[in-house]
Amino acid sequence: MAVIDLANPTRFLTLVNRVLPWLAGATALVFAYGLYRVGGAPDDYQQGATVKIMYLHVPGAWLGMMAWGVMTVAALGTLVWRHPLADVAGKAAAPVGAAFTFICLVTGALWGRPMWGTYWVWDARLTSVLVLFLLYLGMLALYWTAEDPNRSARAAAILALVGAVNIPIIKFSVDWWNTLHQPASVVRMGGAAIDASILVPLLIMALAFTLLFFTLHFAAMRNEILRRRVRSMRMMQARGA
Amino acid sequence: MSLGPHADFIIASYAVTALVVVALIGWIAADYAAQRRVLGDLEQRGVTRRSQRGKDHKALGDTP
Repeated sequence: MAVIDLANPTRFLTLVNRVLPWLAGATALVFAYGLYRVGGAPDDYQQGATVKIMYLHVPGAWLGMMAWGVMTVAALGTLVWRHPLADVAGKAAAPVGAAFTFICLVTGALWGRPMWGTYWVWDARLTSVLVLFLLYLGMLALYWTAEDPNRSARAAAILALVGAVNIPIIKFSVDWWNTLHQPASVVRMGGAAIDASILVPLLIMALAFTLLFFTLHFAAMRNEILRRRVRSMRMMQARGA
Repeated sequence: MSLGPHADFIIASYAVTALVVVALIGWIAADYAAQRRVLGDLEQRGVTRRSQRGKDHKALGDTP
C-alpha cells in the first residue's frame, strides 16, 4: 500500500483496523515493562522517592507538546495540501494532547508541593504549559461547537499554526527566563544530565506514552471518519426524504 | 519499595494519570461503539453514501 493510498479514508480505516490491536498490545507490554523498571529505579539523592513522579510528568509534557506538533503538521495538510485526512488527524489529536498536558500540569503540581513548597508558581515554564492547555481547550471548543466540519477545519488549522509558536517558548523558557523549574536535563547540549539508572526507565516510560498516544490517536481518527460518514449519510437521507 | 515521607504525592500522581488514561480510553471506545451503532441503523434503513451507491450500481452492472 503506497503512502498516497492512505489519503483515502476507507483504505486508512482498513489499515487502522489491522494495526490497532498490535499497537494496543505493544503499548500494554511497554507500559508493564516501564512500570517494572520504575519500581526498581533508585531514589534521587536530593529528591528521594518523589523522583518517581518524573516518570509520568516528563512523558506527559513531551506528549502534550508532540500532539500539538501533530496538529501543526495536520494544519499544514489542511491549508496547503488539502489532504482529506488532515483535519481528521488534527481533531483526533486535540483531546489526547489535552489529556497529556493535563497529566503534566497535575503531576507537576504534586511534585512541586513537596520539592518547592508550593503547587504552583507563575514562572515561564509553568505558565507556558498552562497556555498550551488553554489552547487545547480552545481547540476542543472550536471543534465541538462547529456543526460543519469543513468550516471548523480552516479555523482550527489557523489556531494550530498560531499555537505552534508556544512550543519553542515552552522548550526554551527555562533558558530564556529565570525560573523555579529546573533547566533541561534530558534533551540538551552535552547529553543527558541524569544517571542511566533513572534515565533508562524514563525513556522506556516515554516510549510507552508515545505508543499510547498513537494508539489513541488512530482510534480517535477512526471514530472521526465514522462520524463524518454518519453525517454525510444523514444528509443523503434528509435530501431523499 | 518505600515511597518515603511524600508517598501521598507519588500515589496521587499515579492515580490521577491512571484515571485520565482510563477515562480517555473509555471515552474513545464508547464513541466508537456509538458511531458503529448509528452507522448500522442507517445502513439497515437503506441509507448509503454516494461512493457506496456507485459501488452498488457497478455490482449490479448499472451506471450510477
